[in-house]
Amino acid sequence: MSRSESLVSADWVEQNLANPKVVLVEVDEDTSAYEGGHIAGAVRLDWQSDLQDKILRDALNKADFEALLSSKGISNDDTVVLYGGNNNWFAAYAYWYFKLYGHDDVKLLDGGRKKWELENRAQTTDVPNRPATKYQAKDQDRSIRAFRDETIAAIGSKNLVDVRSPDEFSGKLLAPAHLPQEQSQRAGHIPTAINVPWSKAANEDGTFKSDAELEKLYADAGLDTSKDTIAYCRIGERSSHTWFVLHELLGHTNSKNYDGSWTEYGSLVGVPIEKGA
Amino acid sequence: MCGAPAQTPTLPANVDVEKETVLYGTVTKDGAPVPAAYVRLLDGAGEFTAEVVTSATGDFRFFAAPGEWTLSVMHKSGSVRQPVTATGPGLVEAKLALS
Repeated sequence: MSRSESLVSADWVEQNLANPKVVLVEVDEDTSAYEGGHIAGAVRLDWQSDLQDKILRDALNKADFEALLSSKGISNDDTVVLYGGNNNWFAAYAYWYFKLYGHDDVKLLDGGRKKWELENRAQTTDVPNRPATKYQAKDQDRSIRAFRDETIAAIGSKNLVDVRSPDEFSGKLLAPAHLPQEQSQRAGHIPTAINVPWSKAANEDGTFKSDAELEKLYADAGLDTSKDTIAYCRIGERSSHTWFVLHELLGHTNSKNYDGSWTEYGSLVGVPIEKGA
Repeated sequence: MCGAPAQTPTLPANVDVEKETVLYGTVTKDGAPVPAAYVRLLDGAGEFTAEVVTSATGDFRFFAAPGEWTLSVMHKSGSVRQPVTATGPGLVEAKLALS
């Protein structure tokens, strides 16, 4: 993958608003954002109620993912353009999810909802009516998804990239600071992980930095691109953002997202935890 | 509103302000509250810690920790950057005026 295949600009989206093969999808944690206004034609995916299994802590299974996309009127050969709030965290999570189930043509809107709003581009409250489809997903591509045992085995051998803020990495905070800090898991990080906060890969308007800046960022932090890489955060959404940078923008195809992330790892009995910077 | 209590943020019922360090306040422009402004919380080293969007009444809120912080606001009508210090757990208010 490369930047031109996986990322589109706001101008590109405006030029393709009437393109019937392009489906805009807003993905948010805060569902009221979409109701207040969204890009014309965009359908909504709710990170919590649409993209999580209702009972298990897991991604939707294949059949449920097919039912979800069919109900949203998304076809296998559509170009899906994802965007959202929180600097595209949940849109990047959805991007990883679409790739997990083998959707070929999926892109992120660079800068997401924030850049769109800051540039005062048009929004609507009209909800599109897309006829249902029969979406067919592929089996999960486990080459982009890491589980806990593989993550524990990676200590000291693979690249572990902790993309949380420095205060979460050191153990001072247990969650991003827009959330309450009382949490059940232990604080700290996986031993031998490097800390490259997701935010270092983005500009303040939410757009991604240039490929040259991104390569330098991870090289300076000690990422050895000859080794496999596992990215993690707290719940797997910010690490999707970094997975997107590593796997899609920079073409490091030996990169996985550990979506269990700190809420799983920090709750495991007996696994090693390191504190401090 | 003579004698009205100081404005405090509406917090979820399970939040204990004896333990949580809550940085909160309002973003305004020419005295009027600004909804949908992007408020960033930066740590003592200037590193991104969190970001929220102001409510319809221009309010924002962070759960941080004692220490030195910076608040940085972006909106289509202006921006502002302001330091804030939390000396211990409890409520810390910051008033941010866009220019």
